[in-house]
Amino acid sequence: MLAFLENPRLRGGIHAEEHKQETSGQPIAADFPLPKKLFIPVQQHVGKPAEPVVKVGDKVLKGQLLAYSQGTISAPVHAPTSGTIIDVKDYPAPHPSALPVRTVIIETDGQEQWLKSFPPEDPFLLDPEEICSRVGGAGVVGLGGAVFPSAVKLNLGRKNQIHTLLINAGECEPYLTCDDRLMQERAEEIVAGIRLMLRGMQAPKAIVGLEDNKPVAFRAMQAACREFDNISVEQVPTRYPMGWDRQMLRYLTGQEIPADGRATDIGVVVHNVATAHAVYKAICLAQPLISRVVTVSGGAVGKPQNVEVPIGTLMSEVLAFCGVDKAKMARLVMGGPMMGDALPISEVPVVKACNGILALSRDEIEEPEVQACIRCSSCVTACPVGLLPLEMASRIKANQLDSAVDLGLKDCISCGSCSYVCPSNIPLVHYFKFASGELVKRQQAEHKSEQTKRLMNDRNQRMERARLEAEAEALRAQEARAARAAAQAAAQQQAKVEESV
Amino acid sequence: MYVLSAIVIMAALGLVLGLSLGVAAKYLKVESDPLVERVEELMPGSQCGQCGFPGCRPAAEALVSGTAPVTLCPPGGTALIEQLAKLLGVDVDLSNAQDQEPMVARVSEETCTGCTRCFKVCPTDAIVGAPKQIHAVVADACIGCKKCVEVCPTECLQMHPIEVTLRNWRWPKPLAA
Repeated sequence: MLAFLENPRLRGGIHAEEHKQETSGQPIAADFPLPKKLFIPVQQHVGKPAEPVVKVGDKVLKGQLLAYSQGTISAPVHAPTSGTIIDVKDYPAPHPSALPVRTVIIETDGQEQWLKSFPPEDPFLLDPEEICSRVGGAGVVGLGGAVFPSAVKLNLGRKNQIHTLLINAGECEPYLTCDDRLMQERAEEIVAGIRLMLRGMQAPKAIVGLEDNKPVAFRAMQAACREFDNISVEQVPTRYPMGWDRQMLRYLTGQEIPADGRATDIGVVVHNVATAHAVYKAICLAQPLISRVVTVSGGAVGKPQNVEVPIGTLMSEVLAFCGVDKAKMARLVMGGPMMGDALPISEVPVVKACNGILALSRDEIEEPEVQACIRCSSCVTACPVGLLPLEMASRIKANQLDSAVDLGLKDCISCGSCSYVCPSNIPLVHYFKFASGELVKRQQAEHKSEQTKRLMNDRNQRMERARLEAEAEALRAQEARAARAAAQAAAQQQAKVEESV
Repeated sequence: MYVLSAIVIMAALGLVLGLSLGVAAKYLKVESDPLVERVEELMPGSQCGQCGFPGCRPAAEALVSGTAPVTLCPPGGTALIEQLAKLLGVDVDLSNAQDQEPMVARVSEETCTGCTRCFKVCPTDAIVGAPKQIHAVVADACIGCKKCVEVCPTECLQMHPIEVTLRNWRWPKPLAA
């Protein structure tokens, strides 16, 4: 609370138990055994799903294209190792509903045979357009969790003439340390990725922002940036949700993104630090995004650590590698405890969005008893956006969605700070997720109703046209009959006249 | 001379008739309630008849005259109820309102005989097919009016809930305290 008063550039937020020390000191495990089967969903990004180009029975090499991107906002997926395609079918997705998604299944051959690749001689001499297209072709997406195709953002940055690239290394979620470890161990590669991004966007400077609970990573990044004047590394206070791009931008630059705008509106583009590393791999090594660092932690995990796993590995295998006690595991979460998704089953693949797998024990979660709102307004203080969660939730409870929208429902980022502080254990953020879904549903219903009107109109017009045509046809037939009858009559007359003559 | 008088007579006639038409339009106007028009615009407009009225226009008239509740339209759902209540100034308790699950028609391929009766009655052309060919329903265009179900001679058209996929899955409402 005092920190909040001291710094007017910080709004709301909470400070939860960090639980980062379990994994932040351990090196990223590189000895994860290659799984027998990999399950690669074709939709691991925002936008249109990728379209598979492989058939069952095909042999693929490591890094080979499995499904190509469709449309402007989409991303391809590649084979994480060499092997045989044994199926392309619907398979449960890492999603709270565990509904199926189209998935390419590879039986690995253990050879790890790479597709022949051609890294550029000097990546920093590539054209900006070339950098963007290579990043897009490598299937790089935002690895902070939003999984927006990175090439689209780089192109957008170049077109909008941005002045700053903000590298988000906040990692404000408790438990997660995958970005922290990445910076500690591979700072040079990250900085190379940042320089390539700057070149791709034609932007002059970059700021790396990370929370002040990662001193080792901070020093490593500073050392790696020493010879590049245009990249600075800044520490920000540890306060969830510092990793929210608007919060970090406000703290570091004092600028505020308009409610219905984007960061590009004020000349900034924000990328995650792990994305910068993926860009380095995509350009300098010509390797597509086929693996990622995942934090495996939680009370039920015997050996909490960061692991680099191929995309498509089943979470159950990662959990087994880290010695999870299944009996102790009360909840499985993908992502962080604040914004992550609880998964009903562990036989789902690790995807590009998955930065953490948390096996939480019973004493880390609570099954709270929900009580009535006492209007203490703790949630208002905690909300980083400056909304009134208690009011919005009570409107949504009464199904008055429109008035919840008037209160700013669409600006809610679902960070969960309100639910965390609520003394009555009201699932506030659940209400907002429900309402946002309802709004989308309504929008779709309105769209459908418009389409229905158009379809009915078309049909009515067609029916009318058909009726008119039928009438005209009938009229023509009648006239033709009359003409024929007249001609016949005339011929008979003629015959009679000739006879009488 | 004849030409001149003809011009004068025609002009005078035109003036008098025009004036009388103008006066008639003002004083003998058939009143149509603008509110009905606005209500009708909000309605889905598929004339499905699920409300018990022959179409959206009669339903709108009944709504404006106050003889029908704002909750009459099943395809419109809670969104429509809210809009109607706002427009007509009616208080409505939405806390227990539950959108009925949207249903779409589906053809069972075993029993379809290709009789074409269903696609002739479909108001949105959502059924495709040809004589003696198995028909199919385009689920995105189906409005769930059940007209096809009524005419199908083999009962092969049945209403089914829309399939839940990752694209249309939504968070459920939290259970109230």
